[in-house]
Amino acid sequence: MTSAVFWVLAPLAVVSGFGVFRFNSMARATFALLISFLASGGLLIWLGLAYLGTVVILMMVMEMVIMAVFMIAYMMNPAGLMPMSMLHNRRGSLAISVAAFALLAVGILVTPWPHRAGAPPRDATFALGEALMGPQMLTMITLGFALFATMVGAVVLATHRGRYDRFGDDLKRRPPADPARGGVGQ
Amino acid sequence: MVTSAPLWSVLVVPVLLAAFTAVAVAADALLAARADGRRLSMGVVAPLAEVPRLLAAQRRTTLAPDPLLWRLGLATVPVAGVLSAVVIPFGQVTASRMSVGVVWFNAMEVLTWAGLWMAGWGPNSVLSLVGGYRFVAQGLAYELPLMFALISAAAGAQSLDVAGIASAQGRLWFVVWMPAAFAIYLASVYAFSFLGPFGYPAGRDLAGGMLAELSGPDRLVLQAGRWLLLTAGAGMAVPLFLGGGAGPLLPAWAWSAVKTVAVVFLLVWGRRRLPVLRADRYAELAWVVLIPLAIAQALAVALVVLTTGGTP
Repeated sequence: MTSAVFWVLAPLAVVSGFGVFRFNSMARATFALLISFLASGGLLIWLGLAYLGTVVILMMVMEMVIMAVFMIAYMMNPAGLMPMSMLHNRRGSLAISVAAFALLAVGILVTPWPHRAGAPPRDATFALGEALMGPQMLTMITLGFALFATMVGAVVLATHRGRYDRFGDDLKRRPPADPARGGVGQ
Repeated sequence: MVTSAPLWSVLVVPVLLAAFTAVAVAADALLAARADGRRLSMGVVAPLAEVPRLLAAQRRTTLAPDPLLWRLGLATVPVAGVLSAVVIPFGQVTASRMSVGVVWFNAMEVLTWAGLWMAGWGPNSVLSLVGGYRFVAQGLAYELPLMFALISAAAGAQSLDVAGIASAQGRLWFVVWMPAAFAIYLASVYAFSFLGPFGYPAGRDLAGGMLAELSGPDRLVLQAGRWLLLTAGAGMAVPLFLGGGAGPLLPAWAWSAVKTVAVVFLLVWGRRRLPVLRADRYAELAWVVLIPLAIAQALAVALVVLTTGGTP
């Protein structure tokens, strides 16, 4: 039963990941990648890491849907209705990827893996929380600030309207001049 | 003490969820009949009589659709409803006492993002595509306040296990000291089932939006899916905020059923009372008002738990 879960999810993850490069349609490629992530999340749950697996499923669904929106906005031929190939240097890339796969697989097989020291924690979710919020607290705080600053910076760079456009040169215009009427504070 | 039922009980979940959903749909038909001044007895069975008609009706086809994503997206919606209900305890039993049940519920409810976008994309029709994009825009607005509402309940019980959250409300239901989280949660239930004030992706101004190109079994699957999601959301509100199966005299399963039906009635009644919200307006409200409110609620819960070591 337990190995059946592995033999369903692991090939699904690999095959749907491969599908990303086979589909002409951007929508299909995005959701093939999503299925690959969902199968990987399922494998994490199967390994006993329920929190990590569930969070992978949760975050990847949202991320892939957002990615689908941008893929379709930016790519030509998003629905794959007109056959076209976006692959470059087919032979070279194939050789590189096969060589990289072989190298990694050989590395897995020949590495002298250490034997397990200690037992798995009784509650993996709790242990993860302690690790992140204990010894790695400084890392997480720094990461949080860096991500937040990146988001604010990206929004500031992307928006073409600032507060002077909304509230006027002396910031005294009420209600603000917004392209769409309604909303909070109006 | 809530116990985990054997594995076969997972098969009972869709049956039970479908039964509660039938109650929800019947209540909706009752309210519709009353609003129109029709005879009430016939109005209740009308939606259920729709089922065989839709099953027998012909499927609509469009020019150059993407049938794979279309069907996959439609099927995702009811599947997400059933999977999210797997972790909801019913009285003293639960089909799966998953240690991270709250996160699982959230993840399964988010599957509708992918499902509805694919269902909107599939038919190669502008109206349903706009409907799909509307749902994603709405999702970006409702999801974060919902997450903080779930975090409030989990932090109050110091557990991600749904049954643990239900049993942590022995003295005081979470709805009493987390009213903002409860209100945000109920609004989000409308949002992920795109009903009532969040019916914008299937709005009349879009000739049905998500539903525009659906007929026959396809339409049945999506309509059933959104009502299953509404019912699963109502069922989850009971262990999260309303004390689970706790109550005097009646057994725990009966209290679970009574509370679930009460939340279902509240949602079905509110669906006819509230106007449909435009996604951009709700996004502004969500980001400017609801997220700070939800964070303040979670902070208040965290402070209470830190000072008293548990519920107040």
